[in-house]
Amino acid sequence: MDLKQLYQDIILEHGKSPRNLGKCEGYNYDAKGYNPLCGDKVHVFLKLDNKKKVKGLTFEGEGCAISLASASIMTELVKGKSFKETKEIMAAFLNMIKNNSEIQINFLDDDQKTKLMSLSGVKQFPMRVKCATLSWHTLVSAMEGKKREINTEATD
Amino acid sequence: MDINKIKSQFPIFSRKINGKTLVYLDSSNSSQKPLSVINKLNDFYKNEFSNIGRSINSLAVNATNKFEETRLSVKNFINAKAKEEIIFTKNATEAINLVATTFGKQNVSEGDEIIISELEHHSNYVPWHFLRENNKAIIKFAPINEGGDIIISKLKELITTKTKIIAVTHLSNVTGSIVPVKEIIEIAHKKNIPVLVDGCQSAPHISVDVSDLDCDFYAFSAHKAYGPTGVGVLYAKKKWLEKLPPYVGGGAMISEVKKDKITYAPIPEKYEAGTMPTAEVIAFNESIKFINSIGIKNLMEHEKEITDYALEKIRKINSVKIIGNPKNKAGVIAFTIKGVHPHDIATILDEDGVAIRAGHHCCQILHEKLNLVATARASVGIYNTKDDIDMLCKAIENCRKIFDLK
Repeated sequence: MDLKQLYQDIILEHGKSPRNLGKCEGYNYDAKGYNPLCGDKVHVFLKLDNKKKVKGLTFEGEGCAISLASASIMTELVKGKSFKETKEIMAAFLNMIKNNSEIQINFLDDDQKTKLMSLSGVKQFPMRVKCATLSWHTLVSAMEGKKREINTEATD
Repeated sequence: MDINKIKSQFPIFSRKINGKTLVYLDSSNSSQKPLSVINKLNDFYKNEFSNIGRSINSLAVNATNKFEETRLSVKNFINAKAKEEIIFTKNATEAINLVATTFGKQNVSEGDEIIISELEHHSNYVPWHFLRENNKAIIKFAPINEGGDIIISKLKELITTKTKIIAVTHLSNVTGSIVPVKEIIEIAHKKNIPVLVDGCQSAPHISVDVSDLDCDFYAFSAHKAYGPTGVGVLYAKKKWLEKLPPYVGGGAMISEVKKDKITYAPIPEKYEAGTMPTAEVIAFNESIKFINSIGIKNLMEHEKEITDYALEKIRKINSVKIIGNPKNKAGVIAFTIKGVHPHDIATILDEDGVAIRAGHHCCQILHEKLNLVATARASVGIYNTKDDIDMLCKAIENCRKIFDLK
């Protein structure tokens, strides 16, 4: 295990100053996520236009550097994407964390891919995987319009 | 007292964690086990195994005797009046559930009040919450002050004619506060209110005398007291055990079984239904022998020395805050580092071989009161040395470096 792989500069920087904090104006979907093991909480606010394009994506929450950075990077990458593209990014991210697979998405530039991949180090720290995936599972829930709170103990 | 000699009795310390020497500072969660305990488990399964109780064969007689020897050791360890007052359970959690359920069935009805404190572990809150749900009881929380001590005068004010029981920890697993339970028990008994003491953190770390405390119930877990998992202890005054209904039904807890009537076994068997964790209870006797071989006074002195050393060193580190400053503090040190989440602290410390715990430590009420989501916690056991504390502080410094803290 290598701590440097886990706490890369990108993560530390996003963890310290998360982007897109707060409630975005005119959000029409939101969902809450909770990790009962550590008490981490996230609340995702999503604004979809009538073509289901992500017009706005923000979050509120408290948590460790990994969970804040992951949420922050997620909001940056998903904003402006279509519903289909968003699902693709989410699938690629979760697949990277679970199966170590590479991010191969044409519509993301290298800088964006690097940001996503900065979180790949968590797979070596099994206890921390849920910190990285909490906000993503919560975004899925928001997009599907589910009212149920996401609980990391009830997700993969 | 030679700590290195004591430490060498714990085989786990010969292994490496992430290539580093193990610094184990998570004894409040669970303690490591001395070789004598591990050997006893092995030896019992290899050479002596039998269920206890009714079989008439040499192995069963031997196992039963050994099982009862542990009961006697526990009785002496906490100075109970009779060995029948010692009930073995799965853990302290089950022991508290046993009391809440059986006491509640007999004594708690709608509108009745139960007093606990803001320091309580979930295991001394949730079982009482069941009575709130099922019997419509009311739970009142005795508040703590800024230092992390229960405000006794406020607790006193909470007592009414409706108060049926007070359940309180002896030693906080977050702030390390040693609670003046004797004083609380005196106050409660003046009003004929029984008191349950959660002794999970106190039993292995400070001297406990249930006769002197005069508590009605006292619960603790073997695994935190250098013993095996799967064993808890409930001490209860004889009058309660005889009066309260049984908890779990099954074999061994009965006297006579008819189609229309069942009578129950005398105590302690009345509360020990089914096959017990036989090997674990028998091996737990070795844990008590281990503690007695050191002497609880020596143990307390050593842990105090290590705790004081740790507090002094940790306080000097910039951006680190120790949670709680109780009047009497045992070796439980919860802390935060400004700008670093406790989970990040735990991961980084682990990389240096330093095992601590991060989270709410099953005390969400307390964390809410302190306005914290989580804390990091280093907790001391008999095997810890000043070197361990130096390693902890070095790892905290490393943490600050990674997060670029000034």
